[in-house]
Amino acid sequence: MGDADPVKAIVTPVRLEYQCSAGRAATRFLRGLAQRKILGARSRPGEPVYVPPRGADPRTAELTEEMVEVSDRGTVVTYSIVRVPSENIKLELPYVCINVLLDGAGIPFFHVLQNCPLEEVRIGMRVRAVWVPDAELAPAVTSIRYFEPLGEPDVPFEEIEEHT
Amino acid sequence: MARDLGEGVLRGLHVLEYPYKRSLGPVLGPFFTALREQRILGIRTRTGRVLVPPAEYDPETGEALDELVPVGPGGQIVSWCWVARPRQKQPLPHPFAFALIRLDGADSALLHAVDAGEESRLRTGARVRPRWAEEPQGGIRDLACFELAE
Amino acid sequence: MRDVAIVSFAQWNGIEPERNEVEILRPVVQEAVERSGLARQEIDFTCSGSSDFLQGAPFAFVLALDAVGAWPPIVESHVEQDGAWALYEAWVKIQTGEVDSALVYAFGKTSSGDMAEIQALQLDPYCVTPLWPDADSVAALQARLFLERSGCSDRELARVAARSRRDAMDNPFAVAKGDFALEKLLAEPCRVSPLRDHDCPTHTDGATALVIAAGERARGLCERPVWIRGIDHRIDPPALGVRDLTRSASTSLAGEKAGVRRDRLDFAELSAPYTHQELILREALGLPASVRINPSGGTLCAHTLMSCGLNRIGEAALRIARGEGDRAVAHASQGPCLQQNLVCVLEGE
Repeated sequence: MGDADPVKAIVTPVRLEYQCSAGRAATRFLRGLAQRKILGARSRPGEPVYVPPRGADPRTAELTEEMVEVSDRGTVVTYSIVRVPSENIKLELPYVCINVLLDGAGIPFFHVLQNCPLEEVRIGMRVRAVWVPDAELAPAVTSIRYFEPLGEPDVPFEEIEEHT
Repeated sequence: MARDLGEGVLRGLHVLEYPYKRSLGPVLGPFFTALREQRILGIRTRTGRVLVPPAEYDPETGEALDELVPVGPGGQIVSWCWVARPRQKQPLPHPFAFALIRLDGADSALLHAVDAGEESRLRTGARVRPRWAEEPQGGIRDLACFELAE
Repeated sequence: MRDVAIVSFAQWNGIEPERNEVEILRPVVQEAVERSGLARQEIDFTCSGSSDFLQGAPFAFVLALDAVGAWPPIVESHVEQDGAWALYEAWVKIQTGEVDSALVYAFGKTSSGDMAEIQALQLDPYCVTPLWPDADSVAALQARLFLERSGCSDRELARVAARSRRDAMDNPFAVAKGDFALEKLLAEPCRVSPLRDHDCPTHTDGATALVIAAGERARGLCERPVWIRGIDHRIDPPALGVRDLTRSASTSLAGEKAGVRRDRLDFAELSAPYTHQELILREALGLPASVRINPSGGTLCAHTLMSCGLNRIGEAALRIARGEGDRAVAHASQGPCLQQNLVCVLEGE
């Protein structure tokens, strides 16, 4: 009975469900996005503004309680062109991932760049966030659809070197 | 999408799901092939001990094993527990027992489900026999569960 | 061998759904570091224990470094195990002479996911996990074998539960506690026969941290360093049907190597998530009846999966440091049916 072919592999699917708490810092960040704001946090004035905030300064573990709004415009500090499909990614291939140093932030922010020919993507280029329509804003990182070129002159490499 | 509970912290459902296709190799391959054909195989160690499910390596000496031998299909309950409130992924939708079963010819015990009907019918030493899945898929659940054989 | 002592310990257990892992861990790490007398930057090595399966994301443990501070870059390691094994790695690193002190921490939120399914993933993925046996069922199979072999009954198991919960009343970090009459416990129906609710662990979220230091460093840091006189861990085969589940050979061997019976013991902290497992461990370590077990209430009364073993070590150290005993054995366990066991002998000066 059954096929003549021996069994060479078995499929053992695993599906686990979790109730996750975003924690206080991420909650503030996500609520900010619902209001079309990008919020970072720092431990005190003069210290870097971390975006997204994680509640503590990763260098020292000091709490970062002071929320600071950063701009939704920034400078690309590095990028990657993705040509490999993934079940979870709904973007057309190829697409560009960027680390963008938003004006006012101390560390780069990870997102996606669109509306830019691949050969024009470069470190130092100025970009801005494209938000979803107001009615679709929600406490989710998808409130920002993508980033696109801003058309301002590039930032010299020396000015962003430490973030590249 | 995170649930906004007003001023509280955001909480949300996160699902982790992987399909996992596992290669079997020269020991488990024949084991699952036989299972699909309603046969159970064990593996014999150098000292003559028969292990079910078959192991690639002797747990006592680390030696590679390759002598597959037929066992069962019947066996004896070595230990059991009564699952009064079965979970959705478990083998049976009504109360059942998980048991360690020593199949005839084996020296180690296999963990599986026993559809005993009632807890009072179970005892250590009770004889059981396999109930096979109607449509084998390749996997341990081609053996759907065991039934009491007395 | 270098002498290594525990110089500070801090823990927190509870369910506060709003706090994520970093928020739970940070104050505990801070407290352990402050109590150690060492500045954060003076601690040479950081080692943690946790399981990404509790958070549902690979490499989730890396996020915990936000609670610890990692700049300038630190020497750090992690084990996907209870923090007791992170302590072992830190102890080994001190033995190599590469470092003189270490911060060890562990954490886990058992409340985020489904523990029954998560723990089924530690079983044989080919032949056992696809049946999705929950941890209580797996433990119950062992319990029945033990009761039949030993002649003990559910009454002895209930005694372990009643004693543990009564002792837990003195432990602010235990979550199951209270004065329960034996007959009342035994009147309850089984959860998974032969185990009742009180025979099974009470899950909670938690974080734990402790600091260890070598020799003279430790003496300079606290009044009564708690010396790790021996530490060893052993593992049994993973298949549930090939070993005698009623005995813990790996615990016996680890206990022998750690030198448990070289001298008198004042008490023991054994990480037994199930009541019958305490009896198995007691026998495996050859503990006389005079040795008090789990004055903290034990893992039965606060099961965090990944920090409860480290908690047994920390609780034992705390008692010795306070002068409530001079020599104790602490134990941690991982895997189904006490598959892997770590034994640690602690002594105050």
